[in-house]
Amino acid sequence: MSTITSSRNIEDLRLENLVKSFGDFLAVDDITLTIPAGSFFALLGASGCGKTTTLRMIAGLEDPTSGTIKVGNTDITGLRAFQRPVNTVFQSYALFPHLDIFENVAFGLRRRGIKDVTPAVEAMLELVELAPMARRKPAQLSGGQQQRVAVARALINQPDVLLLDEPLGALDLKLRRQMQIELKRIQTEVGTTFVHVTHDQEEAMTMADTVAVMNAGRIEQMGHPADVYELPKTAFVANFLGQANLFSGSVTGRDGEDLVVATNGLSMRLPAQRNSATGTELLVGVRPEKMTILDEVDAGKIPTGSNLVTGLVTDVSYTGVSTQYLVEAPWGQVLNVFEQNVIVGDRCEVGDPVLVHWAPEHTFGLGS
Amino acid sequence: MVVGVAAKGGTSIAPGAQRRSRTGYFLLLPGMAWLGIFFAIPIATLFMTSLQAPVEGASGQYAPAFQVSNYADAIIEYWPQFLRSFLYAGIATLLALVIAYPLAYFIAVKAGRWRTLMLVLVIAPSFASFLLRTYAWRTILADESPVTTFLNALHVLPDDRILNTSIAVIAGLTYNFLPFMVLPLYAALERLDPRLIEASNDLYANPITTFRKVTWPLSLPGVVAGTLLTFIPAAGDYINAELLGSTQDRMIGNAIQTNFIDFRDYPIASALSFMLMAAILVLVFAYIRRAGTEDLV
Ligand SMILES: Nc1ncnc2c1ncn2[C@@H]1O[C@H](COP(=O)(O)OP(=O)(O)O)[C@@H](O)[C@H]1O
Ligand SMILES: [Mg+2]
Repeated sequence: MSTITSSRNIEDLRLENLVKSFGDFLAVDDITLTIPAGSFFALLGASGCGKTTTLRMIAGLEDPTSGTIKVGNTDITGLRAFQRPVNTVFQSYALFPHLDIFENVAFGLRRRGIKDVTPAVEAMLELVELAPMARRKPAQLSGGQQQRVAVARALINQPDVLLLDEPLGALDLKLRRQMQIELKRIQTEVGTTFVHVTHDQEEAMTMADTVAVMNAGRIEQMGHPADVYELPKTAFVANFLGQANLFSGSVTGRDGEDLVVATNGLSMRLPAQRNSATGTELLVGVRPEKMTILDEVDAGKIPTGSNLVTGLVTDVSYTGVSTQYLVEAPWGQVLNVFEQNVIVGDRCEVGDPVLVHWAPEHTFGLGS
Repeated sequence: MVVGVAAKGGTSIAPGAQRRSRTGYFLLLPGMAWLGIFFAIPIATLFMTSLQAPVEGASGQYAPAFQVSNYADAIIEYWPQFLRSFLYAGIATLLALVIAYPLAYFIAVKAGRWRTLMLVLVIAPSFASFLLRTYAWRTILADESPVTTFLNALHVLPDDRILNTSIAVIAGLTYNFLPFMVLPLYAALERLDPRLIEASNDLYANPITTFRKVTWPLSLPGVVAGTLLTFIPAAGDYINAELLGSTQDRMIGNAIQTNFIDFRDYPIASALSFMLMAAILVLVFAYIRRAGTEDLV
């Protein structure tokens, strides 16, 4: 394993005011961020938001319109792709069809003039569990195996940063889950910085130490997956990373640490430090699983100080682990409510008038 | 019970399968007939003619025989033309490859919306007759032409002229067979996935190494097809040597033509044709083995 684990100090990757325009279309719009050395960083965003373009600029396959890219304190913006301490796992894998697996994996080492590549290649094939396939051609491998070759081919060069562009996108769901665990294991083992691009929020959350949510060429929010999930700062993040119920309202006053908000004729509370809106107009948000659904007759069970909405159940779907309700509020908005299936029986049914409540500390405020 | 069902299934399937495979052979018939009439029979006739002996006293008449010495006579008389054919065709093929590769690469990878127009331009000269175009080269390369005058001013021509030298013959061969090199190369390069080039760059290969290790090996099928399509007709060509070369530059095609048309020495002409075919066949097989691309061609 010593042939793989990097012994030198790897350094942070820094993007500073990175911009890429195609004609007058801004694909990447002024991105500044630091990716700590050795972290598993996920870049999450919808298709077309500029993830691949960002990755290609880091790899040197696309020239930034402006901005700088640094590894540690070294500016690599002007370096050509083949001069950068960065390797890529391409979305399509881009394995060399005329070379066998061994030679595909050895490609980078040979280009750097390393004479005896066999021990390193064999160790790497061992790591990705493909040793018996060394002499096969890429076309003779399954999708999952090709994906692992692509990872091995990039990782063997011990890059400062490994870029992965939706590496699991072409795999079926089961294999994708398996490979997520595999990739995470490999990253922990080799300690290289991984920048993992994906549009799958679950994938980003389960794998990454840090997730950056990207929208229309900008980073909307960045942080530990749980922090971003629990306290989204924009409506886009709230909806893209998981689901959210958002109510538009305005701040009417303050009660201790809490803000009091008027929304749709109701009064709701949220902790002042969980509000990222700057004006008085805001969106009050809550995650579906933070809400509790009760039959109208159980109104007495609601803790005092809870935020509360009444409504009618319009849909019930039982998913095993949880039950998902759609509840229509008096003003027509449909709320998503998840309930853990801990109580047997006694579920609400379609048409039931219900009470939906949640604690103010689970509430967040967003700029509208 | 189970066995009975299986046997029944087996017998009921077999006749259908046989009928289908017989249909396949029927479909082959027109092609086989074509090959038989226009290839196998002429080859056999050619071979028999190459062994004929002259009829005593009647010049220009030959009778069936088994005169193997025709082959020896042909070789002794025409080995320089043989060598020259393969030399000229070889040089012309190499030149065509060197000229066509960047051209095909540009059309396939960089030309964008000009691609179709450029491909048409490559083929367009073929709309004019081969003979006519080669005549045109006589004017272009003539002693007082701008091209010759210019090159003479640079003192690069060994004989102070181009027309009626081997240079003109090789230039003519290169020019005439260039499209046969460009098109297969284009087809191979057009299929090349640009992401492989990026992957190679990403893996520390500079542009030159990327060409050697990725682009070139992946375009080999096109290279093999293009060189064969250029070399084979160039080796058998006689128009370029006839129109652009001197008597010192005659190729095997000229020898065959002269023997058939002028000398009416059919056995020698046939023997030459036969040896040309055999030589090309041997060269092609050796070449394909070397290139190691039997499965790619
Ligand atoms: N070479 C290009 N020329 C013009 N527009 C491009 C080019 N590459 C990407 N784009 C545009 O930039 C945007 C971002 O693309 P991309 O980075 O590939 O998105 P993602 O990887 O997040 O799906 C898209 O709208 C795409 O159409
Ligand atoms: Mg992409």
